[in-house]
Amino acid sequence: MPENKDSQVDRRSFLSGAATSAAAIAAAVPAALAAGQSQSQKETEPPAKVEVQTTDRPGADFMIDVFKSLGFDYVCANPGSAFRSIQESVINYGGNSKPEFITCCHEESSVAMGHGYFKVEGKPMLVFAHGTVGLQHASMAVYNAFCDRVPVFIVLGNNLNAATRRSAVDWLHSVQDAAALVRDFTKFDDSPVSLAQFAESSVRAYKIAMTAPSAPVVLTADAELSEISITGRTGLTIPKLGFAAPPAGDSASVAALAAMLIEAQTPVIVAGRLARTQGCMAHLVELAELLQVPVVDSGARMNFPNRHPLNLSGNSRALIENADLILGLEVTDFYGLVNNISRQLEYSSRPLTKAKLASISAGDRLAKSNFQEFQRYQPLDLDIAADGEATLPSLVEAVQRLMTPDKKRAFQARGAKLAGQQASILAKARTDASYAWDACPISVARLCSELWAQIKNEDWCLASQSGTFVSNWPLRLWDFDRPYRHIGGSGGAGMGYGAPAAVGAALANKKHGRLTVNIQTDGDLMYAPGVLWTAAHHRIPLLTIMHNNRAYHQELMEVQIAANQHNRGIDRAHIGTTIDDPNIDYAKLAQSMGMMGIGPIEQPGDLASAIRRGIETVKRGEPVLIDVVTQPR
Amino acid sequence: MKTLLAIALTFASVPLAGQSPVKAADAENGKKLYVADGCYQCHGRQGQGGSSAPVGSYGPRLAPAKLPLEALRAYVRHPSGGMPPYTAKVLPDAAIDDIYAFLKSVPAPPPVKDIPLLN
Repeated sequence: MPENKDSQVDRRSFLSGAATSAAAIAAAVPAALAAGQSQSQKETEPPAKVEVQTTDRPGADFMIDVFKSLGFDYVCANPGSAFRSIQESVINYGGNSKPEFITCCHEESSVAMGHGYFKVEGKPMLVFAHGTVGLQHASMAVYNAFCDRVPVFIVLGNNLNAATRRSAVDWLHSVQDAAALVRDFTKFDDSPVSLAQFAESSVRAYKIAMTAPSAPVVLTADAELSEISITGRTGLTIPKLGFAAPPAGDSASVAALAAMLIEAQTPVIVAGRLARTQGCMAHLVELAELLQVPVVDSGARMNFPNRHPLNLSGNSRALIENADLILGLEVTDFYGLVNNISRQLEYSSRPLTKAKLASISAGDRLAKSNFQEFQRYQPLDLDIAADGEATLPSLVEAVQRLMTPDKKRAFQARGAKLAGQQASILAKARTDASYAWDACPISVARLCSELWAQIKNEDWCLASQSGTFVSNWPLRLWDFDRPYRHIGGSGGAGMGYGAPAAVGAALANKKHGRLTVNIQTDGDLMYAPGVLWTAAHHRIPLLTIMHNNRAYHQELMEVQIAANQHNRGIDRAHIGTTIDDPNIDYAKLAQSMGMMGIGPIEQPGDLASAIRRGIETVKRGEPVLIDVVTQPR
Repeated sequence: MKTLLAIALTFASVPLAGQSPVKAADAENGKKLYVADGCYQCHGRQGQGGSSAPVGSYGPRLAPAKLPLEALRAYVRHPSGGMPPYTAKVLPDAAIDDIYAFLKSVPAPPPVKDIPLLN
């Protein structure tokens, strides 16, 4: 292993050189004083041995070469001394381009920006953080990304060699095993001891992160390695990046599943964290149309056009109850899908269906033990531990092989029975939205309707959670027809994800000229509102509309449940769960960060003009925030 | 649940011996109670309803009230699904009556065809 040998020699010679210099200076100073030389003489005469104080070619430059070879467009980071050499090389040696340094105010924002960025761009974001204080800030966002199967490439600054720590803070910011903090919810990590290993591990980490099931990866970049001189160094190479094919279902299992689908009378397909590309959406549409099977899209990804006649997500409960076969595609919580779990004081659950259950999911391939994100165990009749997106094409082909004219006629008849249900679902959604239409605080349905009216003719992307927090109104009322129309949720249900993920998604959408909108919950924004400044500073066009219900509303409901179950009434449930007294002025908050802030909007009639103003400004390339005082959900 | 509702419907309509005269329900007070007792949290401030499928359905529409008062009382005391129970200790019958009066007082929305944004 010549490269390791080289690096050992480099490291050893660097250390011995430094030690020699220090010893020489220590010896020279008392000698000079003893000779009675004046201060001016000491300053004009060179010391006996000159300490090496500069290098034109630090190891960090090579690290930047590695990052450039992997194609990172951006690096999100809050600046940190533990990776100062790398940051300096990004901005000077690397020309602050590919990657461009995006200044973040919190490491949780850095990682969450990467989370949102990937779900639009399909490329991982590079993130720098201190190995200690930075990673602790970042850890919740890492967990979200892990649960959501999103790759983020995290580089941790660290100073492993205690002999070279210069200050008390260096010690505070050093750690034996930096990645240990997040090893339970990352896919790969390494702590290279040479630049050659740094290159190899970086390429390996990138490949692993991108191979489904995807997840964050961590590399520790030792400060000494980044500062060491590589002037004249030869033999440092960067391995070529290669991508691995994702795990696809074996042919026998896929054939068995196709047979089950062909024979089922009332099958349902449920799509979870499935689609990463337009191709996957197309294959799911093809499969559904071949079989004339209703599809329930959970909203975890943009899987299936919501206005497609076979998208019957709005009837999901009835479909599940009446199904004879349920095929889950990357469904995370299969148990919760097919069981009714009571929220009452005593736990109870009951099956919703007697259907046969089949699954294609790569979830078990990334099973960890400590954090219980894998959900309750659900026995399945056919379980294919493979990537759903990678397996769909062969499943479509297997179904086509089994198709007969009789089956085709039967499926067409089934489709005819389903026809019109989607239109009924949409009509019901519109009727439901009409209730509290003129209410104050403004209903979320009204907010979403006003927003939709002004973005529907644009190339738009909803870069925020489209489900529970907004009562599914966008999914019910809008027309989602492309993979980037929405980016799903946080994954780990950890607050603080929404605002930075939206900024990250907007950063990815910027070069495509898409109008990015974010329906932003108030509690989530207040975790790390500095990301608004990041959006303003980097001119990231994004329309943020505050869903300002002045509460941590989910928690308010949770406390209500507890109070009722304890038979104490709920008149004090607001303690610790509301965000009022004083109310936060989010428009002023945005203005203080350098972006246009509008509001608070309290009357529904004022929404349209505010949104119009906001979109005009966003189209000029700037972020805008509109504060809307809303109903709870 | 159907059994519970049936029992509640049967008994709720029978005046009990020694029961004091029922005070007329107060919609204004019901509106305050509707908020103070947290009904709005899932059902919206005008009882318009909360979330619907595909994710996390809860808080069906309550207003304008179509459910009979007796059914509402029965369900509030012994709910299923995600709604927590309200005992008489924390929500007396009279309070439910007032809340019901409020829900009855909420006007119907304009027809969808008259709302351009919903067409």
